[in-house]
Amino acid sequence: MKFRDEYRDPEAARGYAEAIARITTRPWMLMEVCGGQTHAIVRYGIDELLPDGVTLVHGPGCPVCVTPAEYIDKAIEIADRPGTTLCSFGDMLRVAGTKGDLFGAKSRGGDIRVVYSPLDALRITRENPTREVVFFAVGFETTAPANAMAAYQAMREGLGNFSMLVSHVLVPPAMRTILDGATNRIQGFLAAGHVCTVMGFEEYFPIAAKYRVPIVVTGFEPLDILEGVYMTVRQLEEGRAEVENQYSRSVRREGNRPAQEIMAKVFRVIPRRWRGIGDIAESGLGLSEAYASFDAETRFGPVSSGPEAETECISGLVLRGDRKPPDCPAFGTRCTPEHPLGVTMVSSEGACAAYHRYRGIPRPPLKAAS
Amino acid sequence: MSKPDFSPACPAPAGDGGTVQLAHGGGGRAMERLLDTVIRPAFDNAQLARRHDGAVLDLNGPIAFTTDSYVVKPLFFPGGDIGSLAVNGTVNDIAMCGARATHLSVGLILEEGLPLDDLRRVVASMRKAADAVGVQLVTGDTKVVDHGKADGLFINTAGLGPVVARSPIGPAEVRNGDAIIVSGDIGRHGIAVMAAREGFGFETVIESDCAALGDPALALVEAGIAVHCLRDMTRGGLASAAVEIAETAGVAMALDEAAIPVREDVRAACEVLGLDPLHVANEGRFVAFVAAGDAKRAIEILRGFAVSAGAAQIGAVTESPAGQVASRGVLGVSRVVDMLSGEQLPRIC
Repeated sequence: MKFRDEYRDPEAARGYAEAIARITTRPWMLMEVCGGQTHAIVRYGIDELLPDGVTLVHGPGCPVCVTPAEYIDKAIEIADRPGTTLCSFGDMLRVAGTKGDLFGAKSRGGDIRVVYSPLDALRITRENPTREVVFFAVGFETTAPANAMAAYQAMREGLGNFSMLVSHVLVPPAMRTILDGATNRIQGFLAAGHVCTVMGFEEYFPIAAKYRVPIVVTGFEPLDILEGVYMTVRQLEEGRAEVENQYSRSVRREGNRPAQEIMAKVFRVIPRRWRGIGDIAESGLGLSEAYASFDAETRFGPVSSGPEAETECISGLVLRGDRKPPDCPAFGTRCTPEHPLGVTMVSSEGACAAYHRYRGIPRPPLKAAS
Repeated sequence: MSKPDFSPACPAPAGDGGTVQLAHGGGGRAMERLLDTVIRPAFDNAQLARRHDGAVLDLNGPIAFTTDSYVVKPLFFPGGDIGSLAVNGTVNDIAMCGARATHLSVGLILEEGLPLDDLRRVVASMRKAADAVGVQLVTGDTKVVDHGKADGLFINTAGLGPVVARSPIGPAEVRNGDAIIVSGDIGRHGIAVMAAREGFGFETVIESDCAALGDPALALVEAGIAVHCLRDMTRGGLASAAVEIAETAGVAMALDEAAIPVREDVRAACEVLGLDPLHVANEGRFVAFVAAGDAKRAIEILRGFAVSAGAAQIGAVTESPAGQVASRGVLGVSRVVDMLSGEQLPRIC
């Protein structure tokens, strides 16, 4: 396929792997931020092509994984109400809150529609003027502009029966939290290419400078990731800590300005709780005052957050990069995609699900994160 | 003076009103009329003409027997419809037993309000699919359920036919070293139905691969190919078929991702939706496990049929670890192929 196969060329991949091995003189631990990158790494076995010293650990960039349980509870509560329709991306349906998941609500008769775009939710709103239609708006900066556009459009059209349950999160504050952690081992980042397509990469300069970590904006194809690793390792070996852009075919320094403008109009930055990680200041997006009337929490009551339930699941440590999925004693035994103990096993972008799907259970971890 | 435009017409309602009514399932006149005007003319054959409670068949020797229910939304999609699916699906299940389907039963569950024209299209399509492979629809049943209780129309078909294969065919016969052959490119049906249902508007219209597989499958058997197992790759796709067989047979499988045929448009749609073509449903493709020495000849035979012209070897059966299917990716690193854990869910971003 054009514009894709050239980024999966085995010869070129070997070339990059050899180049990385040539410049690596010491062990380095890098984190890929985005769940899409994690998936590609595990699916194509990119970590197996790397020299022994270079370890990739998986970051918090799985939107389904970090959405707090109480938001899923709220979505279920809304879906269970007569006269409401809940629209959600398909990924979210399987994730359990504290009391079941959206599939369960659907089987009880809740009107839950899987949509591929927030604009589908608007269409459903127009077609059902007597129903309250709620869109479950989750994700990082990647999905935020389209979701903002849905609210913007709803206001322009005066769609009074439309609202959004918003649990948006932002990447840079999460990276800071990981770097501030007492046990942090991350020495360099592959930043999430699609997030930077929207936001650009200027906001990473202060992080690279403060924490002395190289940050390389990286794409999602195997060669993108290998080149991102190469650029990060080269910086580390040369003692540099800069922001570089591997994914220049999609990302500009300033990002996508119209997308940022619509986000700024519709959303405001607020503190957010991340599932498995905890509360992070200024790490999320909520609806701005001008759009408060489209907030499902105004219409159906606020999301109430209690303490996270204690389980043997280590997904919080996995999301912070402190552990790899096979390090968990429950991995593949008491925790499987059919009976997940934690969100990283549920979502298709979760690191545990990726390991389970592409590595299976019997194989020992290829490179323990020790 | 021009004549007034006047045509005499009976003011009483036409009865059927163009849609299925609950009365059509009531066992009375309305039901008889539906059967006489829509169902029986479409399926017309000597068995049905007897208007008996069941078909009486004269069968000898080992018989393969199967049943399947069909629920698909939308009822009509590029490359097929629920009617052709309901005939081909059951015919294919029989073919995978090394047998040739001869007779089918048809159970129709109609939703109140289904346009009669849709029903006519579906039964005509069933007849056409049945005629194409020489099977007769010899007994049936029709029920009507309240509006909202079915997606327009559900179909159950059961089928049977004499076994052609002389040696057993099934997962337990698969052995170490067997060649794994698919009958053509994978993933088309699932993407076609998903695109039609969700209205994705891809640049090209992807057509379902819905087709009968009896001819190519039985040609292998009749040519004396050592066929150990046949499986149509329906729900769950190639991955589910392979994993299920590996687990039952207690063998491992090594697939070569580059050798698995997937059309460019299907591949692109899977990329966009975050789906793995190995998990996507097919309705006109099967995977065959044959003795390694027969692989080349088997592929040549399959390529002689339009429906399996794209046949290719995609891997081989290996000894261990039992139950594990591995696939060597484009970068040369192997990954584990697993069944879908639940429904196929497109990802967020």
